[in-house]
Amino acid sequence: MIRYAKPTTVDEALALLGEGAWRILAGGTDFYPVQGSKPFRENVLDINGLAALRGIAETDSHWVIGARTTWTDVIRHPLPAAFDALKQAAREVGSIQIQNVASVAGNLCNASPAADGVPGLLVLDAEVELRSAAATRHLPLPEFILGNRRTALRPGEMVTAIRVPKPAAGTSAFVKLGARRYLVISIAMVATRLVTENGAVADAAVAVGSCSAVAQRLAGVEAALRGLPVDAGLITAIQSAPMAELSPIADVRGSAEYRLDAVREIVARAVLTAAGRPTGDKVAA
Amino acid sequence: MSMDRADIAFAVNGAAVSVNVPPLRRLSSVLRDELLLTGTKVGCDAGDCGACTVLVDGDPVCACLMPAASAAGTAVTTVEGLANGRLSALQASFLAHGAAQCGICTPALLVAATALLEKRPSPTEIEVQDALGGILCRCTGYRKIIAAVMDASRQPASLDFRLPQSGHAIGSSPVRLDGVPKVTGVEMFGGDSFPADALAVLVVRSPHYHASFAFGDLDGWAKTHPGIVGVFTASDIAGKNCFGVIGPFADQPALAEGFVRLRGEAVALVAGEREAILDLDLSDFPIRWSELPHVLQPCEARIEGVALIHGNRPANLLTKGFVERGDPEAALAAAAVTVTGAIDTSYVEHAYIEPEAGYAYLDGETLVVVACTQAPYMDRDDTAKVLGLAVDKVRIVPTATGGGFGSKLDVSLQPLIGLVALKTGRPAALAYTRNESMISTTKRHPAEMKATIGADVTGQVTGMVFEGDFNTGAYASWGPTVANRVPVHASGPYATPNYRAEGRAIHTHGPIAGAFRGFGVPQATIMQETLYDELAGRLGLDRLDFRVNNCLRNGSETVTGQRLESGVGILECLESLRPHWTRATAEADVFNSLNASKKRGVGVASCWYGCGNTSLPNPSTIRVGIAADGTVILHQGAVDIGQGSNTVITQICADALGLPLERFRLKSADTVITPDAGKTSASRQTFVTGKAAEKAGRALREKILRFANVSDQATLQLDGPAIVIREGEAVRHIDLASLAADADGFVFRAEETYDPPTLPLDSKGQGKPYAVYGYGAQIAELEVDLKLGTVKLLKITAAHDVGKAINPLLVEGQIEGGIAQGIGMALMEEYIPGRTENLHDYLIPTIGDVPPIETILVEVPDPEGPFGAKGLGEHVLIPTAPAILNAIRHATGVLVTKVPATPSRILAAIRDKEARQ
Repeated sequence: MIRYAKPTTVDEALALLGEGAWRILAGGTDFYPVQGSKPFRENVLDINGLAALRGIAETDSHWVIGARTTWTDVIRHPLPAAFDALKQAAREVGSIQIQNVASVAGNLCNASPAADGVPGLLVLDAEVELRSAAATRHLPLPEFILGNRRTALRPGEMVTAIRVPKPAAGTSAFVKLGARRYLVISIAMVATRLVTENGAVADAAVAVGSCSAVAQRLAGVEAALRGLPVDAGLITAIQSAPMAELSPIADVRGSAEYRLDAVREIVARAVLTAAGRPTGDKVAA
Repeated sequence: MSMDRADIAFAVNGAAVSVNVPPLRRLSSVLRDELLLTGTKVGCDAGDCGACTVLVDGDPVCACLMPAASAAGTAVTTVEGLANGRLSALQASFLAHGAAQCGICTPALLVAATALLEKRPSPTEIEVQDALGGILCRCTGYRKIIAAVMDASRQPASLDFRLPQSGHAIGSSPVRLDGVPKVTGVEMFGGDSFPADALAVLVVRSPHYHASFAFGDLDGWAKTHPGIVGVFTASDIAGKNCFGVIGPFADQPALAEGFVRLRGEAVALVAGEREAILDLDLSDFPIRWSELPHVLQPCEARIEGVALIHGNRPANLLTKGFVERGDPEAALAAAAVTVTGAIDTSYVEHAYIEPEAGYAYLDGETLVVVACTQAPYMDRDDTAKVLGLAVDKVRIVPTATGGGFGSKLDVSLQPLIGLVALKTGRPAALAYTRNESMISTTKRHPAEMKATIGADVTGQVTGMVFEGDFNTGAYASWGPTVANRVPVHASGPYATPNYRAEGRAIHTHGPIAGAFRGFGVPQATIMQETLYDELAGRLGLDRLDFRVNNCLRNGSETVTGQRLESGVGILECLESLRPHWTRATAEADVFNSLNASKKRGVGVASCWYGCGNTSLPNPSTIRVGIAADGTVILHQGAVDIGQGSNTVITQICADALGLPLERFRLKSADTVITPDAGKTSASRQTFVTGKAAEKAGRALREKILRFANVSDQATLQLDGPAIVIREGEAVRHIDLASLAADADGFVFRAEETYDPPTLPLDSKGQGKPYAVYGYGAQIAELEVDLKLGTVKLLKITAAHDVGKAINPLLVEGQIEGGIAQGIGMALMEEYIPGRTENLHDYLIPTIGDVPPIETILVEVPDPEGPFGAKGLGEHVLIPTAPAILNAIRHATGVLVTKVPATPSRILAAIRDKEARQ
């Protein structure tokens, strides 16, 4: 017999995790597709009984997104404008049926290069809270997702929360590029967060997904934007900024060249939208 | 190795339930298999199609992604809970709008829309799309679904079924006669009625494109797995292990013998008790594979010396079709303008939301197969052949079919479950997984085409040459039909006096390409219609005018030399588009003068399509009778896969007979009780079976009139168990109960067969391949984002000559659904074996991808069709993709020569053009 457990407290869950190897079941939206029609052969720890891990809380220093918080929870929870990109991404994760059960943390643990949730958290400088029966540690998100389907999760550990440091300043936007309107794996997606002061960019965070094994912050673009006045010059800066972090592959959704070409455009659109200047298309008459 | 079961209690549709299942069992399985609530459908088991959508505590979720354990203590709502003694307003609105076709996605849409309407009783279009974006529909094109949800709050409490008066059925749009079960969830599809004691069947399939294999100790393996009843292989097949839809080309084993020719080919069956099969891990199944070299592209398969996929087919050529007329080389040499081009297309997956499913059992000595299908009699014949049974010892009972589009014409699981039932004596049930359905069943042929078309200075087309290689995959299926249909149709509905076209079906180790709505004509039409735009441009002519100048007219001869005396409606279709063309091009011009990074484009394309088999016998038989209680019983054997034949055929028969629709009761296409109405394919049911229904209705009427000794001027009326016949002042009553009923319970009966008159094609493809053609033309309006290569469709305007719209609402449904498939083919659908074998890598349009569609019904009657009607089902898909490609070129100046025109390909073409400037 394989084991199945559905603990109701985090301590109980952590104790079980310490006993051996478990596959963790949360929202199930990656769990079941991976399983397909194969029979279960692993011990499964169902964390859906951990009420303490669902919901978004605020501490003096952080916004804390519990590991079982769903994308719908994120959409419905009042949050600062810096989270708008995350909320917009939330609406693009699968379908409403998926968003109603899939967890933010599960999106990180699944570690897909095309995870829509990651760029929005990267621009918030989010960190991942990992707990085992013995210890708690906090990893910056880029140190948690290590590669395609690879994370820094250790045996006996589970993700218990995602923490976003305060003040989570500025405004943000998310742009997804896909080959159809709904329920689509991204060809590329961009999240941006801008802090503007006196009409100029005081701080910029730009993250791109689906163009590398793990979604990346674009340091060169961010540096190029800082200090610029919020006007059309932002686009000029983006057009020539380095994007060395990206290493897209060609797949059924698009060529590598296409991704590099298109991503620069959607970075520009996301930056302008975050700056409150959504891309108009009118030619000056 | 299994998991302990647990008692799980929750509420379903207001009633408390408790089940004892493994806690990780999917909620969809619990609802369907434990609680027998089969209204919740399983289309993919991965959250990609949304067919299993239910409400959990009021919120929509995919039941296939929820563990039973998570349902504990919740309130679940399924489609069965929506009607409370009578239809909900939303269910009624779905029927009133014709929003359900096959009905397989309908329960999910209703459930998700119910949740939306709770919050937003009068939602906007965007709100409806956002709420339903996670549910795929392959039949309707979504527009009627959107309308049905938006209008639900205005739906009257009781649904008007709009049943027409006697004699007025044709041209009216009653609610489809088989509609109610589709919205209440009680419709039984292939996987919805498995007997509780049925053995479950797993199919062992090849992971390789080409390989030999040898089994180890199958019996020993089976013995070590409790609950496994048997393992069956080709050596268990008593008949001829070779099936195929076209007898002379039959080449496919039901279970492979020693080697496989494609990934996904079946090699063995494992049958066992359901729970044992659910817990069976096939990773230790005793089979040893030896991979062999494979070819996936026709260009590789045609290389001299390459290994033959079928030893009797040199150069891996399955067959070719050829049509030649006049002297095309001379015509092109003399033409004022010639254009040449090449177009490649991709494998397209049918992606019906219902994977193949069914069960088989023995009724005495008769093997009964209850499964979804498009062709029950062909299933019967092939199943009997493979299993070594006489055809009268096989009975096919079609279930409701959750979409087909051509792929469910071929047998799939019928011989497999039949074999298990025969070998074990027990019922055997199988529902394909989505992956299994995608890898093992047929696709649309990828085409590599090139063509040259020439015109004179006045803009008259003078000649055309066309050739195309169609990748037919590992087995013949409908490859010969594609190879033959393409050269007959590649001219488009345009007079082309000098013409040569060759279509070749080439074997590869790729997926089997077979029938898919249009049999190769949609691919060929992309080639021809994109060249027509180029020709018009070179000649400086308006693109619509150019088509009007060249289209077929009454009295024209086709490229096969068939003189079309009457009923040619393409000119009317094109002319009816003219105001839309003028508006759309003007609007695009204005938009483009104001915008730099987005450009609008307008494209037009036409279609013609011969209805029924190409130069082959193609009969349908209809039986209709009156029972002693005054019920009109119609044996309606034209399988309704959602397109509406149950309703349309009955409408035709009703008016031919002169009795009202509401008195009709249907008997389905069961091969034991209903005569053969042929396959649901080739846009033939309304025309061919409709004609048989007209003849049968008239014959029955004639019998009644003769019995009453009145003339054809008399009217019939059913008054309880009596027929009242009136002619002038005279009134006669026939007391039906006083008449002797025959073995079928009929007191009057008629049975008629119709086979369309065609003539064979000679060695140059000259002849009369079809008795009736249908015509159409569509305009696509769209916007291209020049920086991303993305396309936003704005509107499709579709004019189709259907001869006579028997049921205008169903005609619109066909048009909208065909356009949605054309959109998919044009912009996103590309099946790549080994890579897109699921519904998240293989994309079909969602509810947000189909723009508003304006339908213009053109009715140029055909003297051969029933009440003038022509076929429609395939025509509607054909113009869409070329119209879209032409519109993209209009917007951007670039033609994408490989479909689908993905953002990646469109931007590459734009960048290529920029580099050349």
